[in-house]
Amino acid sequence: MATLQLKQVVKEFGDARVIKGVDLEVHDREFVVFVGPSGCGKSTLLRMIAGLESTSSGDIVIDGERINEVAPADRGLAMVFQSYALYPHMTVEDNMGFSLRLAGVAKAQRREKVLAAARILQLEPLLDRKPKALSGGQRQRVAIGRAIVRNPSIFLFDEPLSNLDAALRVKMRIELARLHDELDATMIYVTHDQIEAMTMADKIVVLQNGLVEQVGSPMELYHHPRNLFVAGFIGSPKMNFLEVRVIGAGPDGVTIELPSGATCEVPVAGEGLAAGSTLTLGIRPEHLYESEQAVVEGEIVVIERLGGETCLYLQAGDDSMTVVTDGDVAHRVHDKVSLAFEPRRAHLFDAEGDALPSLHRHPLAAMKRGENRASSSPTPDDQ
Amino acid sequence: MTMLASKRLWLAVLAWGITLVMFFPIFWMFLTGFKTEAAAVATPSLFFSPTLESYMAVLERTDYLKFAINSVIMAFGSTALALLIAVPCAYSMAFLPTPRTKGTLLWMLSTKMLPPVGVLMPIYLIFRDTGLLDSQLGLVIVYTLMNLPIVVWMLYTFFKDLPKDILEAGRMDGAGTSQEIIYLLLPLTLPGIASTGLLAIILSWNEAFWSLNLTSYDAAPLTAFIASFSSPEGLFWAKLSAASTMAIAPILVFGWLSQKQLVRGLTFGAVK
Ligand SMILES: Nc1ncnc2c1ncn2[C@@H]1O[C@H](COP(=O)(O)OP(=O)(O)OP(=O)(O)O)[C@@H](O)[C@H]1O
Ligand SMILES: [Mg+2]
Repeated sequence: MATLQLKQVVKEFGDARVIKGVDLEVHDREFVVFVGPSGCGKSTLLRMIAGLESTSSGDIVIDGERINEVAPADRGLAMVFQSYALYPHMTVEDNMGFSLRLAGVAKAQRREKVLAAARILQLEPLLDRKPKALSGGQRQRVAIGRAIVRNPSIFLFDEPLSNLDAALRVKMRIELARLHDELDATMIYVTHDQIEAMTMADKIVVLQNGLVEQVGSPMELYHHPRNLFVAGFIGSPKMNFLEVRVIGAGPDGVTIELPSGATCEVPVAGEGLAAGSTLTLGIRPEHLYESEQAVVEGEIVVIERLGGETCLYLQAGDDSMTVVTDGDVAHRVHDKVSLAFEPRRAHLFDAEGDALPSLHRHPLAAMKRGENRASSSPTPDDQ
Repeated sequence: MTMLASKRLWLAVLAWGITLVMFFPIFWMFLTGFKTEAAAVATPSLFFSPTLESYMAVLERTDYLKFAINSVIMAFGSTALALLIAVPCAYSMAFLPTPRTKGTLLWMLSTKMLPPVGVLMPIYLIFRDTGLLDSQLGLVIVYTLMNLPIVVWMLYTFFKDLPKDILEAGRMDGAGTSQEIIYLLLPLTLPGIASTGLLAIILSWNEAFWSLNLTSYDAAPLTAFIASFSSPEGLFWAKLSAASTMAIAPILVFGWLSQKQLVRGLTFGAVK
């Protein structure tokens, strides 16, 4: 059992308020990802949970116990640093066993626990090496191994993959997800990479400027972003935004007029919106498709062919738009294309940037990464 | 290419020239120690029949070993004490800085600009009243305080180079402050600490002002030993040279053996 609650947590460095009152609930065995742009306070929040940074006000609660004043080592947490922070003068084995040595665990027992962790991470052949003699990916695994040996109730990761090359990053991402299943541990993971967040998280916490913008499952954030910031941050390529005019609003949605003159009814709650007021329409590049309907028309400025799919960058009047389409489209630069989208795929944001609530919940919005496994796999007793 | 080669040659010649000019007095002193008193004052010459006469005379008349032991005790004792005080001090300055840390460091270093003779009177009186005059402990204390600013400053720069993450990882692993220092900080900054210690030993060994003023016989180190030959017997060049050679020999050998360590610590960061 390991749950974590943050209650109105605040961090001030001198006069600068860096974390401005964060509330958060982390459930047992959840994989929670803090994501946000550089400088938004992700690391600071993680370090406050770890106890490496004091908390200016608010409560940090682990398993029902307030631990604001508890020393880092006594919180039952383990942290993996972005720089790995291995002890350069110790072998891999000593690195991994350092916490046990400090705790006065006998040598034989220490070795046994280190070996168990090394086996999980395929580190056995490296146990006698010093960190200097390891590759980046191996160092990363040692850092994770050092955390595993401590058998923590919660793992904390601060951008652990950002020093690895792209291929290794993908590999370690999968390995971490596997580890999460295998260890059945609660994990909190900091990244500025929204792909890491989408692929690994049960729950994503989007932070900006020291405040939580939205908390939810990856699919919830993707399909139901609460505001412009989250809509723009989650998803790649970025969501397209267009200024649109309200024509009317009813129980079935809001009817809008696009810059092209086309109209459509978006199924969001907007009753009481005055006709003529302006809203921001958000539509993801992958939800635009070519159509005679010509809801949006534009000229191709740049084409990026990725093989499996193709990104078209358009100039549509005053707006730049991105479209993700089939890998085999034959378009060339300066071709004119006309596009359409399904209204239920569109998002509308008011002048404050808040999303108008959608009238239909996406069926996957409540799904968690590990959930299908838990519900579908038979228990050993069944056999 | 030839331009470059000739430039290098000239630089080498220049460097050797300067080195020889600087080293010559010591070399000459070394030679003079092996001459008779008569040869020492005669027309300077590189060719003479060497003799241990002067060394014998010096060793016969004074207790060289006692002075040498005093020097060793005070140089190593004061350095150990200075490191013991400076390590926690530099640790807190490097890893728990306040807005005033930089200013404090500068202030500490600025105390080295005070001429020692300016505080001779108060220190002499304090030593007289506390019975520290002519005691090993007294000089150990003075040397410790004398070297402390430099030792703290150097350790601070070495500690600053250590990635903070490593100590934080240690704290997450359950290390208290003292364990952090013993298991992580000290082993990782050992080259830096060693070169700092070596420098402090050399500075203490060569110190003459305080040793001449605060000791007479019991606690007198080798600097006082040389001085005792210079004033009453200033004309006996050979004996003075022999005594000086014996006084600087230990530290020269020590410096020679540790030069690699010293240079490494002073030029590169501690952990690389
Ligand atoms: N010790 C400190 N003193 C003063 N300000 C700090 C300190 N540490 C962090 N900050 C400030 O707090 C803000 C958040 O920093 P933090 O390191 O948490 O950002 P981050 O979200 O982790 O960014 P990145 O993705 O670049 O790592 C930044 O504006 C930073 O300048
Ligand atoms: Mg960070």
